[in-house]
Amino acid sequence: MEKLFQKISFSSATLVLILLLGIFTTLFISAKPAIAEFGLEFITDKRWNQEVSLPQTKTPAQVATPAQNLEDDDAIADEDDMILDEDDEDDSMTKTVFGGLVPIVGTLLSTLIALVFAMPIAMGIAVFLAEIASKNISKYVGIAIELLAAIPSIIFGMWGLYYFAPIISDTFGGYQVSLLTAGLVLGVMILPFMAAVTRDSMNTTPDVLKESAYALGATKFEVVKDVIFPFSKVGIIGSIILALGRALGETMAVAFLIGAVYSLPETITDPTISIPVAMAVNFGEASGLGESSLFYLGLILFILSFAVISFAKFYFLKRTKV
Amino acid sequence: MPVMNIKKFSFTYAGAEIPSLHNISLPIQKNKITALIGPSGCGKSTLLRSMNRIHDLYPGNKYDGKIELLDLETEKFKNILEIKKENEFIELRQKVGMIFQKPTPFPMSIFDNVAYGLKIAGIKNKTELADRVEASLKGSALWKEVHDRLGKSAMGLSGGQQQRLCIARAVAVKPEVLLFDEPTSALDPISTGAIEELIVELKKDVSIAIVTHNMQQASRISDFTAFMYLGDLIEYDKTENIFLNPKEKKTEDYITGRFG
Ligand SMILES: Nc1ncnc2c1ncn2[C@@H]1O[C@H](COP(=O)(O)OP(=O)(O)OP(=O)(O)O)[C@@H](O)[C@H]1O
Ligand SMILES: [Mg+2]
Repeated sequence: MEKLFQKISFSSATLVLILLLGIFTTLFISAKPAIAEFGLEFITDKRWNQEVSLPQTKTPAQVATPAQNLEDDDAIADEDDMILDEDDEDDSMTKTVFGGLVPIVGTLLSTLIALVFAMPIAMGIAVFLAEIASKNISKYVGIAIELLAAIPSIIFGMWGLYYFAPIISDTFGGYQVSLLTAGLVLGVMILPFMAAVTRDSMNTTPDVLKESAYALGATKFEVVKDVIFPFSKVGIIGSIILALGRALGETMAVAFLIGAVYSLPETITDPTISIPVAMAVNFGEASGLGESSLFYLGLILFILSFAVISFAKFYFLKRTKV
Repeated sequence: MPVMNIKKFSFTYAGAEIPSLHNISLPIQKNKITALIGPSGCGKSTLLRSMNRIHDLYPGNKYDGKIELLDLETEKFKNILEIKKENEFIELRQKVGMIFQKPTPFPMSIFDNVAYGLKIAGIKNKTELADRVEASLKGSALWKEVHDRLGKSAMGLSGGQQQRLCIARAVAVKPEVLLFDEPTSALDPISTGAIEELIVELKKDVSIAIVTHNMQQASRISDFTAFMYLGDLIEYDKTENIFLNPKEKKTEDYITGRFG
């Protein structure tokens, strides 16, 4: 019986690992053509699905990208293993280039905006719930916040598009669908989770510890700042990083709000695209190198989120030592 | 001479039907140690926690009667139960410090722990802070053990050292009264001995009230003893009288171990 139980739990544990590795491998294999074609320059290349004419000579040359102003990303084509695009129609040699810079930047920036917006508000709510509000208020507001966290993201997307986006463009100018709109709604989405987890870790501060600070003549603000925050720091950082993980991967709401255009935003009120949105929008019609490039993007997102979550777990684990 | 006077004091916890303390009258003598003894649940902690009004962190409790604290400057007594404003609470708690059953070091360095009360009281001068931290640690018999690791986290100290650190932290703000709620019940005998010595040493500078379950401890260190039972003060007297010559039958039964 004991043996059987051990075996079952062991195999379930390995199953998770296999699943993880399996997903990674699938992504990697599907992304391989794009990786072979574009290499790491994929990350710094802002062109997506663009026809580029090939120089006829063997000497390396700058590839012309008309309409777009080249910044310092060197768009030198790798001549040796160049794959020609099959559906070339005209005689001049062209190939289609895919680069991930725009969705990567879009993902990082929208997440950053979400964090900058959500963090102070979440901390404020958590402090209010954990320390300031009376037990009853704290309970009901707490429930409301947990309900907010349960709203499906598509609802946030619709609300954002019809209600929030016009307000944003009226206030800040620029487009209705933009990096800023997407970032702020993302912020609203991660806020409840962040506030709830932060409140929970603040509540783990032992009463006697707080009482000791009050007994020395500390004010409420000083107790929060000097005792509760340091004590629950690890949990708070963990909540922020987990929220970050969610913001990185959020698809539906962002798809509604970010504009889904492949151009680098010049200001935060410009529309752009994020990795999950690029994948959701383009998978239907993608084929060949385009499809593989989407997998490449997926792989990058996977690694990014994985790194973020492992970092959070690392912090959570360290907590037991305190 | 008393530094605190508890007069006809009753206390009811928020939501409780009946008071946990009834009609307690008791002085806390200046530069003496007053022990509060009695069986579990008789209200010792409740009384102690009224004396710096730490109860007020939780709303809805009810006080009756008076608890007077001597203002050393004006030499007049002031009823601390009338305090309502936050700055008055802060002032009260700087004058009446508290040490808890379990050591409660803050998650910061040893130095910062001891300096904390001084910093929030507005002392910024680095040398003054350093001097007072050193003096408090010396006064708490901890300096020798920690002087070379003041910057390290206080969490790394042993339980007994942490408790002495908490005493140093409370002593640093130069209180008039220190309240101890079973300060040694979580410690081994050697650490307990060190803390007892320290408390006796401290009475030169502060007046002390200590709750203890340990009858030997009460008789070893205290000058006065109050015996409480079910929320009532049964007997208060010089410690030797309580232990050698109790007037009340209940007191005698308790200290001879017949109940409790
Ligand atoms: N927060 C509270 N709310 C309501 N009643 C309380 C609360 N804390 C304590 N009491 C009650 O008040 C009475 C006195 O408790 P108190 O903690 O003062 O006893 P004590 O003498 O310190 O006991 P011990 O020796 O076990 O620490 C007990 O009956 C207890 O149940
Ligand atoms: Mg008690």
